Amino acid sequence: MAAPEGIRRIAESVWELPPTLRPGMRVPVRVFATEALLQAMDDQVFHQAANVATLPGIVGYSFVMPDAHWGYGFPIGGVAAMDPKTGVISPGGIGFDINCGMRLVLTNLTLDEVQPKLRDLVDVLYQRVPAGVGCRGFVKLSESEFAEVIEQGARWCVRNGYGTKEDLERTEERGCLTGADASTVSPRAIERGYRQIGTLGSGNHYLEIQVARPEHVVDATLAAALGITLPNQVAVMFHCGSRGFGHQVATDYLQIFLRAMTSKYGLEIIDRELACAPFASPEGQRYFAAMQCAANMSFANRQVILHRIREVFSAVFGRDPADLGLRMVYDVAHNTAKLETHVVDGEKRELLVHRKGATRAFGPGMPGLPPEYQKTGQPVIIGGSMETGSYLLTGVASGAATLFSTAHGSGRTMSRTKAKKSFRGRDLQQSMEQRGIYVRTVSYAGLAEEAGAAYKDIDAVVEATECAGLSHRVVRFTPIGNVKG
Amino acid sequence: MPYEYLEDSVTSDVTFRAWGRDLDELFTAAADATTNVMVGAVESISPTVTKPASVNAEELDLLLLRFLEELIFHKDAEGLILRATAVRVEAANDGHQVHAQLCGEPIDPNKHELLADVKAVTVHGLRVERSNSGWHAQVTLDV
Repeated sequence: MAAPEGIRRIAESVWELPPTLRPGMRVPVRVFATEALLQAMDDQVFHQAANVATLPGIVGYSFVMPDAHWGYGFPIGGVAAMDPKTGVISPGGIGFDINCGMRLVLTNLTLDEVQPKLRDLVDVLYQRVPAGVGCRGFVKLSESEFAEVIEQGARWCVRNGYGTKEDLERTEERGCLTGADASTVSPRAIERGYRQIGTLGSGNHYLEIQVARPEHVVDATLAAALGITLPNQVAVMFHCGSRGFGHQVATDYLQIFLRAMTSKYGLEIIDRELACAPFASPEGQRYFAAMQCAANMSFANRQVILHRIREVFSAVFGRDPADLGLRMVYDVAHNTAKLETHVVDGEKRELLVHRKGATRAFGPGMPGLPPEYQKTGQPVIIGGSMETGSYLLTGVASGAATLFSTAHGSGRTMSRTKAKKSFRGRDLQQSMEQRGIYVRTVSYAGLAEEAGAAYKDIDAVVEATECAGLSHRVVRFTPIGNVKG
Repeated sequence: MPYEYLEDSVTSDVTFRAWGRDLDELFTAAADATTNVMVGAVESISPTVTKPASVNAEELDLLLLRFLEELIFHKDAEGLILRATAVRVEAANDGHQVHAQLCGEPIDPNKHELLADVKAVTVHGLRVERSNSGWHAQVTLDV
């Protein structure tokens, strides 16, 4: 693994591959990483980012985030904006787990208060928040009710008693993408997903109890503004997406696009995972509407899981959720494509921004942020491996360089198959418990795949995002309890 | 076991190679490789439920993709973990088709060793090729 020949250093943590690297590239590739992270990236990241640079209508650059790793189609940690009139939309620029994202919830409890009940808390969360292969959710819906959920997202949940208006205010897009149209999704997608609302899934999806240790508060002023005011304050962070429903939407449209690309639109296929259609075409518009349905499913999924977390904390501590201070900091996705307005060459333009394994990170004062975050900038939640830690950051004005996008996690360095051969789930569980992290898992093999050593160093990744001017570190959270799918 | 998982592959997903003397055997092996990503010891799956599967595609590799998607669909829609039996791959007017009986049972965490949930079959590096001894395929699953 090494950066390709011809890469040029633009700034301390910004690198560029020129469009002359490969025939067909319309724009350069810009990589945001420290030299160490750059040199450690898979060769495939650069290859895939160069492929993205060939897509019709791409504007500016094909961006690569510091946590980037080998994906299919786009690298994971890839960002690309398309001109909505002349450009394409690609499911490979979003991922199969549409709108997969992170939610951070604070409590007003400290580590000392939670520690005696930690095992109980994790055990009950493990029982009450379904996870793993084939799990079914706790919100029982008919297929027609599910059609309402996918058009209304988290708003449906709040209307039905699964959350508060404040939860919506603190969710990206207030938990609902309004272009969702249930008629654009297949009956098969609905059948796959309608029993899964309120489930974590598996793989790298998790629900974690974390602590903000005083020595890990990087910016005390911003931390206080975001609600972290107590020494050793306990938080809950979780990571999940749109489940089988979103996976099927992506699967369906990838195949529709593969057929239409060459025969109907005369587009060259460089990599079939980069299948795309003109955004303005009937296929492009239908996928955009279906993708928003999947995004809404994911907002709703995380909303009902939050509801369940509140129930569990209330039961374990024998106190009202409000009394425990269970309030959201933010919910932000990292697998999306959205129409946003950005300044390009001094001119405001509407762009279709694909973020695959990349988090939106709006700076202070930008439209779309709730009033309480206008001054701080958008909270950005970056989950690390279950053994190391996670971060709360904020968006910054200089994030304009990546259309206000930053990293999404620590990024894998080892394949799942190799990790499973290198670590044993039960040993890992014991060793983590000795280090103060109590883990419950549906799958020990799955646990082994998520070992900290299979990931990049989260501290290095978030430092790189700060160094490159993409986001600002606020607090590092340390895990103490984890539920794994 | 006519399949193997590759260590040096897409880091966040699972890539396998499967083989068979003919396409029927290859598709059967690829189905087991997919199911074995989701649960351990596929032999422990009891054939109490049968779901017929018939799919077609112009290209052989996309035929395999759609066939494997059937397993994933039944896993999410009905909570079933299935293996492929009586697999028959044949030529069709507009390409190829495959018919099979998918046999298995409801997923039971007390009985099955649960592994990773498969989200999708990708076209990343997907191939079905003839070899000296028959056929082989490479498939990457998104997990």
